[in-house]
Amino acid sequence: MVHRTRRLTAALASLTALGLVAACSSGGDGGGGDDGGAVTLTITANAISGGKNAAEADWIRDWVIPEFQAAQSEAGRDVTVEFLEEGVDDEDYKTKIALDLQSGEGADIIGIDGIWVGEFAEAGYIMPLSEVGGDAVDSWEGWDQMSDAVQSAMSFEDQRYGVPQGADGRVLYYNKELFAQAGLPEDWQPTSWEEVLEAGRSLAGIDGVIPIQLNAGTAMGEATTMQGVLPLLAGTGSEVYSDGMWNGATQGLRDALELYATIYAEEGLGDPILQQEAAGRDNSFAQFAAGEIGILLEGDYFWRSVINPDESIGTAPMANRDEIVGYTLIPAQEPGSGVEGRDFVSMGGGTGRVLNPNSENPELAWELLAFMNSAEAYSERVAGTVSITPRDDVNAEVLAGDPMLSFVSENVLPINSYRPGLAAYPQVSVALQEATAAVVDGTSPDEAAEAYEQALIGIVGEENVASGDG
Amino acid sequence: MAGLGRFGAGAFVAPALALIGLFLVFPALWTIYLGMTDYRLTGLQAVDPSFVGLDNYEQILGDPAFWRSLRLTLVFVLASGIVGQSLLGFAIAWALRRLTGWLKSVVETLVLAAWVIPASVASFLWIALLDRRGGTLNEILGTQGTAWLIEHPMAMIIIFNIWVGTAFSMLLFSSALASVPPSQLESARMAGASGWQQLRDVVIPNIRGHILTNTLLITLWTFNTFTPYLVTAGGPNGASEILAVYIYNTAIPGGQLGVGAAISLIMLLINLVIALGYLRVGRARAARPAEATAAETAGGAATS
Repeated sequence: MVHRTRRLTAALASLTALGLVAACSSGGDGGGGDDGGAVTLTITANAISGGKNAAEADWIRDWVIPEFQAAQSEAGRDVTVEFLEEGVDDEDYKTKIALDLQSGEGADIIGIDGIWVGEFAEAGYIMPLSEVGGDAVDSWEGWDQMSDAVQSAMSFEDQRYGVPQGADGRVLYYNKELFAQAGLPEDWQPTSWEEVLEAGRSLAGIDGVIPIQLNAGTAMGEATTMQGVLPLLAGTGSEVYSDGMWNGATQGLRDALELYATIYAEEGLGDPILQQEAAGRDNSFAQFAAGEIGILLEGDYFWRSVINPDESIGTAPMANRDEIVGYTLIPAQEPGSGVEGRDFVSMGGGTGRVLNPNSENPELAWELLAFMNSAEAYSERVAGTVSITPRDDVNAEVLAGDPMLSFVSENVLPINSYRPGLAAYPQVSVALQEATAAVVDGTSPDEAAEAYEQALIGIVGEENVASGDG
Repeated sequence: MAGLGRFGAGAFVAPALALIGLFLVFPALWTIYLGMTDYRLTGLQAVDPSFVGLDNYEQILGDPAFWRSLRLTLVFVLASGIVGQSLLGFAIAWALRRLTGWLKSVVETLVLAAWVIPASVASFLWIALLDRRGGTLNEILGTQGTAWLIEHPMAMIIIFNIWVGTAFSMLLFSSALASVPPSQLESARMAGASGWQQLRDVVIPNIRGHILTNTLLITLWTFNTFTPYLVTAGGPNGASEILAVYIYNTAIPGGQLGVGAAISLIMLLINLVIALGYLRVGRARAARPAEATAAETAGGAATS
């Protein structure tokens, strides 16, 4: 501990040095690249058996790896595939793989969030797929099965950097038992923010229940932006980025922050402490599963991977999920006030997998990546737990079996808005999170919105910011 | 140098100098350079950082978050290091000085255990103790639902750090108290001095050097410690973001490596000032022969 500063500086310096050295040599994991010799490929993703994204981890370990190795050995090649599991917060995972890639290391195939593609591509950490994987990439059959909107999640400046692994949307989940206790309808479809607040006020009468959980603060990271600020912003008709400019303290942002103030500071409809806990999001999941949260804004991920009644898949399994948990579209502030005049809004994210440019066996790595995204692989992937795949052919077969995901596919995906695929976005996202944190902490929405505009100017420069329309 | 010659002596020192150059001087210079660029973990500036001169320093010094962090660090060093660890360590050493046998061993072992347990394990224990839901402390006090780490983050990491670090002061003061000449204490007692008077007029003058050494080391360690990150991660919203944590949060998760390097340099300078201040006090003491012995003893204890 004595030389903590020095160690930190030394660490930073040596990281840089490693980066420089690696840029000149060809680093990377794995065994020898000679044909005929044994080859090792590695996959990494923020998924771990028995924990986060368990279904994906089990699928990679129990199906992808044995099947791919068997197929390769039939072709006379000795290939070993290793899976490096992670089960941490997305921000920590991102830090780790950014450091991996910067130092010229890392797995051959890396699972990343679509929103990191821009900044990683600009840093040269990842490259267009066809530059890494060769000609086989562009002639792959899978692209025809994926819509442009789905592909765009892993693209940057019109180049494909990775293969998307699904599409998703956001809804309001609500606990039907609590709704019944509060005298609210089981079949609920609010058409404005005010109606959501009204329901929350009714739920407030029940002891030990948090009426509304709306993600806020920096501890929740991107979850605050995706399941909080952005859907609200879309409901006011404004966007974080439009017509080539970043929007500052718009009326829409002020209204969205005002809703946070109403829920957390003024009426106590949400639990402000939950927003600051290090494991706040996981705790919010556990509390919803325990019937302690009335209304929760989340993605379909929550339905599939969190409250999934299958205990080996759900991180907070709810045995009676299908009976108790309702889901409904997120209303705009007022009917018709949403982006493009919509009554209801949603945000679409999207994760995927990229090839590591430092891979010693890039073409083989592409073969593995294509194999992981084949129709057969997706059919296997969704066998235990249905999710919306990027492939139209697979979706047509599997979604019919799950009413919730059919609902998302039919009613939510068409009203999805998307985050700007720009390198500056992650920093802007943090500034939005800070604005919500300030409001939950008691700062006035106007002040927080002004502070956000200042932060935005610091990030992208004054010339790229459209000042508030107020 | 007799018998070795300039060249021979140089050859002996060369490896050490090379190591210092490689692992201390080079990183320090590199930090100065990085601190003047807009180098980032990702994005365009990761491949092609540009030289921005003193912009980073201007940004840092104009950032309220930096000043808050510095203020929190001072509070942390004063409360958990100088006051908490030193006083508690001395109190335990004083209470144990005439004890022997198993009781002494038990107390010493418990205090040492806190020091020896790996930081990651210790912080997990503290998180379990202070957890909002089902935390041990809440069960004991009957204060279910109190989020100690959210509501009192600074107080918690201060107590945590006192718990972790008291052992060092205890050990140092134990050996210091053993070096107080019994004859002096005996005479004081014969003259009718009370316990407090013995402490003030006999013990403290004898161990002044130790106190100085202890305070310096504790100050530097506490100033630079990163362990509280494992308990609160600097949160909530920066309320326990001491300087080392602030640098990490800025440089790695925040991705601003250039700014992080600039803050590191500021921190390095503060460290230097503390160390120089100590050296000056130490030299002034050494110049006074009457207390020279005490200072030497202190030096010996510190390096052992």
